[in-house]
Amino acid sequence: MSAVLSISAVQLSAPSRRQRDVLPGLTLTLGWTLFWLALIVLLPLGALFGKAATLGFDGLYDALSAPRVRAALALSFSSALIAAGVCAVFGLLIAWVLKRYRFPGRGLLDALVDLPIALPTAVAGIALTALYAPKGWLGAPLLEYGIKVAYTPLGIVVALIFVGLPFVVRTLQPVLEELEREQEEAAATLGAGPLRIFIKVTLPALLPAWLTGTTLAFARAVGEYGSVIFIAGNIPMVSEIAPLLIVSKLEQFDYAGATAIACAMLTVSFLLLLPLNWLQGRLVRPVH
Amino acid sequence: MRAHQLQHKLGKWLLISIAVLFLGCFLLLPLVLVLVSALSKGLDVYWAALSEPDALSALQLTLLVAAISVPLNLVFGVAASWAIAKFQFRGRSLLITLIDLPFAVSPVISGLVFVLLFGAQGLFGPWLAEHDVRILFALPGIVLATVFVTFPFVARELIPLMQAQGRDDEEAALSLGASGWQTFRRVTLPNIKWGLMYGVLLCNARAMGEFGAVSVVSGHIRGRTNTLPLHVEILYNEYQFVAAFAVASVLALLALLTLILKRIVETRVAHSLNRGAHA
Repeated sequence: MSAVLSISAVQLSAPSRRQRDVLPGLTLTLGWTLFWLALIVLLPLGALFGKAATLGFDGLYDALSAPRVRAALALSFSSALIAAGVCAVFGLLIAWVLKRYRFPGRGLLDALVDLPIALPTAVAGIALTALYAPKGWLGAPLLEYGIKVAYTPLGIVVALIFVGLPFVVRTLQPVLEELEREQEEAAATLGAGPLRIFIKVTLPALLPAWLTGTTLAFARAVGEYGSVIFIAGNIPMVSEIAPLLIVSKLEQFDYAGATAIACAMLTVSFLLLLPLNWLQGRLVRPVH
Repeated sequence: MRAHQLQHKLGKWLLISIAVLFLGCFLLLPLVLVLVSALSKGLDVYWAALSEPDALSALQLTLLVAAISVPLNLVFGVAASWAIAKFQFRGRSLLITLIDLPFAVSPVISGLVFVLLFGAQGLFGPWLAEHDVRILFALPGIVLATVFVTFPFVARELIPLMQAQGRDDEEAALSLGASGWQTFRRVTLPNIKWGLMYGVLLCNARAMGEFGAVSVVSGHIRGRTNTLPLHVEILYNEYQFVAAFAVASVLALLALLTLILKRIVETRVAHSLNRGAHA
């Protein structure tokens, strides 16, 4: 009955919506949205690309071909890639454990996953540095095995894992929730082992969300600054990330150099985000 | 069959142990370390670090910046989600992508864009200098950078919620003779209030904790343009570790409070989403 009613309501309201909308406020709210978006986001980003345009292709290429710049960009992207990979593996494991198993302290652990989103990056930075420093709680035992974390590129990866992890876990959790266990159970009754079920049934269903979460973690990690600069050591050519190089260029009033690095980072990030949005559009269907 | 079950149980506890160990090393220990280091020299030193004038002015500035930027993004978020969730128009999905844009921009670049606009060599730099208006290295610059990095938070939370709730409630209120503003206040606002609080909560946490963007535009003038996160950095770089962790602990406690409130609000949001789905 209610289904019939709602269908007729849709049919009734559909043509009237096109002619004259009963809901007010579109002009006002859309106008404010576009104005605010233009003022806060588009104009400043436009200034960046405007500045890049004045440099021209040659100017950009020159600024980007300096060995120190190349090393910083390579370090930022490669450490973000490694961190995103670690987040992908452990994020999947953590999301799985939190959704499928009941054990004491589960709620606390689940709440803890959001910590990197709520904790200011500078606080995370000094805490991770002190933790993984040669005399730190974890740094000291690791050093005995010859592993130096703080003030090395490995430290950068640790900080980036910290900031990226929630994205993978939180993107996977709702999908894991919806995942119908009947399919897994059916596979089990047909004699498939747990690992085989996971690979053949569970993983394909999780794949889009898994990719989305990992890409988000990567995008966040590439630009991360606050949590990295304390632990990185910031040695040019070795452990100097691209965002830090932008800051030091700005401190020397080298606006052109800073702009060039920023443009390179944004271009790559956008190229990553475009397919992600497309994927999300295909992924997110109304759940009723 | 027995062996199979044992294996299953073993696997379960192995996975749980890995998850606990990983989250412990990467998330829990840093948090514990902040609190332990802050109190390592006793409560007196802790209070001294917090009641020092520079720390207090940093706290003041942080609260002021959040008090300006969060309401600005709150108004924007509600307006944007009203337009996007309740109406169909061309370019809607492009608009959503553009609103999300600041999330994809490095904090440092979020600061850089304002330097390029308002800096001495920037687009409006000469004009501002002529009229003696300070934006960069002053409160307006810090607010602008903060508004930029927190731009999507409220809108992002509200758009899916308002979309799921549809427009039937509003249409009913309007057909009963309510005005547009009455409809919004009496019908829409109660429906979205938990989602709105959730967005504001995350927006506020980021606004108070933002480091990279604010660091670029603030100029680090002690006692004047230093926010709490920047103050943490200064103290740390001066090797005043206990003081740095004391100030950091205030931010960490704020983060914990945010997480607790987030938990409470989250269940309410799920509830209002469900109501939307069943309506």
